[in-house]
Amino acid sequence: MTATLSVRNLRVEIPTRHGVLTAIDDLSFDIAPGEVLGVVGESGAGKSITGSAIIGLLDPPGRIAGGEILLGGERIDNLPPPAMRRVRGKRIGMIFQDPLTSLNPLYRIGDQLTQTILTHEKMTARAALDKAERLLVEVGIPAAGARLSSYPHQFSGGMRQRVVIALALAADPELVVADEPTTALDVSVQAQVISLLKRLCKDRGASVMLITHDMGVIAETADRVCVLYAGRLAEIGKVRDVVKHPQHPYTHGLMTAIPSLKGDPDARLEQIPGSMPRLGAIPEGCAFNPRCGFRLERCRAERPAAYPTSRSEASCFLLDAAGRAPPPETATAARAAGIEVRAGAPTGADA
Amino acid sequence: MLAFAIRRLIQAVGVMLVVALISFLLFRFVGDPVNQLVGVDTTPEQRAQLRQDLGLNDPVYVQFGRFVGKAARFDFGISYQIKRPVADLIASRLPATLELSLVSAVFALLVGLPMGVYTGLYPQTLLSRLFLALSLTGISLPTFLIGILLIFIFSVNLGWLPSFGRGDVVTIGGFWTTGLLTRSGLSSLILPAITLGLFQMTLIMRLVRGEMLEVLRTDYIKFARARGLSSRAINFGHALKNTLVPVITITGLQIGSIIAFSIITETVFQWPGMGLLFLQAVQNVDIPIMAAYLLLIAFLFTVINFIVDLLYVAVDPRIRIGGAGA
Ligand SMILES: Nc1ncnc2c1ncn2[C@@H]1O[C@H](COP(=O)(O)OP(=O)(O)OP(=O)(O)O)[C@@H](O)[C@H]1O
Ligand code: SF4
Ligand SMILES: [Mg+2]
Repeated sequence: MTATLSVRNLRVEIPTRHGVLTAIDDLSFDIAPGEVLGVVGESGAGKSITGSAIIGLLDPPGRIAGGEILLGGERIDNLPPPAMRRVRGKRIGMIFQDPLTSLNPLYRIGDQLTQTILTHEKMTARAALDKAERLLVEVGIPAAGARLSSYPHQFSGGMRQRVVIALALAADPELVVADEPTTALDVSVQAQVISLLKRLCKDRGASVMLITHDMGVIAETADRVCVLYAGRLAEIGKVRDVVKHPQHPYTHGLMTAIPSLKGDPDARLEQIPGSMPRLGAIPEGCAFNPRCGFRLERCRAERPAAYPTSRSEASCFLLDAAGRAPPPETATAARAAGIEVRAGAPTGADA
Repeated sequence: MLAFAIRRLIQAVGVMLVVALISFLLFRFVGDPVNQLVGVDTTPEQRAQLRQDLGLNDPVYVQFGRFVGKAARFDFGISYQIKRPVADLIASRLPATLELSLVSAVFALLVGLPMGVYTGLYPQTLLSRLFLALSLTGISLPTFLIGILLIFIFSVNLGWLPSFGRGDVVTIGGFWTTGLLTRSGLSSLILPAITLGLFQMTLIMRLVRGEMLEVLRTDYIKFARARGLSSRAINFGHALKNTLVPVITITGLQIGSIIAFSIITETVFQWPGMGLLFLQAVQNVDIPIMAAYLLLIAFLFTVINFIVDLLYVAVDPRIRIGGAGA
């Protein structure tokens, strides 16, 4: 089956006065039809930029400098602007972080909805208004018919994010990119909004790319998760696998830092030393190498590809079956951390 | 909305009272009104009698009350110099000034707004840079210099347009004189209107440009793009509407300044408006005219302010409807 979204070797560059920054470097992942892919990573890892690149709205001067983005098997990263405009909203819906600022304050909710519907579908204004009302009912706005003529400021934050979801889903897109859709919301409504989003996408068979900081949200909502580090893929796989059996040293560090998820209250909180590098200062070789406890010799010079393991895929030389064997103590430590060390084991049978 | 209007109205009355006080103090204490009215050969007795007749011996607050009462009925006394009722003098000059000011404001808006939108949407193009460079000149050159330059080019050198006066005017309704209905009236209006409106035009252009750049960066514009709305709907609907709130405010308030600043333009072009009248009054220390002019300008400012406030509310639902519900 064709993936709904397929990102192939994506490279995003931002030319600045101090040289060209590479914000996304050789990133590949797929989202299957109906699948929810969580995207996590520290602030600045490139999550939002990936989302913007997919929908073709990178803030200038940022640009796609390499790779391909395919939607339903067709390339969309090189579409001319008018064609790309028809993809936006119609085939890819986007939800941004802050519902308070996502809605135009001077337009009624109903007008914003019907305008979006009429942009993508041929129908009468009356029919569009009916559809707008149905959408508001679907996202759980009470007295939807009457609320069509309300302005954004007359809604609470949670209600506004529901309106935003209605707008993103107005033309029944096959993919929804949600960039931290609940971060700005009250904790009490976050879960409701996420489950609403998931339910509506499931009903429509839409795939979701869910960008978030919150591993808890990922664990509950996503089918697979993609971990980004400094604009590169660290690890991608089923949520259960990545959470319980992380294969990349960085993911491992992340997961140990969330004891509740391991279900073991005695788990030692293992902080990863240092911090993620800025874009201009990404080290040679593996971007994680200065912070990595398992660093090998080649890590400082070569860039790891994404290697498959029995569960997830991760960009780490420990998993490179063709690589030289690591020093025994490193291998032992890595195995103790649950990493399927394959380097130096020609059969890869030690999994 | 009604409560808002009433609140604003009360504020406006307060402002007018303060201006009336200033204008009264000017009237009462700058020079002696009696001295201005009588000749050198008047006896002290006659002076005292006149002082009594004019009510200048009453307590100051009684005099102020009388001043306000008269002003409210547009009675500003008699001009010292011209010996005619100030109200009549002003009424005969008002149409010229208002017509010039309004035409200038319309010119400033009709040219400044599109230029602002264009430079905001396409900040990098050559034309945008040209507009910006021009606007810088417009802001930095003093009005009288622009007026003289225009006269030099279009009247003296090219001989296309008249350099002074209002041309032929037509009287409408018995009191309003207009130059908009005759050829010579219209051609006389062009240079002064451009001179007076140029500064406001560049101001509006820069304001619209700044607002446009700002609004185009907002989340709701990004979200509108992400929904696939057309560039036209985004730029001229969502973005422009949001820039209009401050633009309306500033443009409205600028109309007041245009009227006030018309003094300079009227002088350069010998335009028979209130500004010219006021300037002559200043030269002759004709206090009643000065006081009346001050009050009138303040009144126009207040009225414009009030209308701008109402428009502002009409455009922005956050003020109109208020309060988060749901
Ligand atoms: N115009 C720009 N110029 C320079 N650097 C930029 C620009 N835009 C983004 N970046 C950088 O690109 C990197 C990725 O940004 P992005 O917004 O995708 O991060 P993110 O993972 O979404 O982070 P967050 O969790 O904070 O939203 C950051 O390091 C950011 O500083
Ligand atoms: S490639 Fe090397 S430095 Fe990078 S995570 Fe793996 S072991 Fe650590
Ligand atoms: Mg982000």
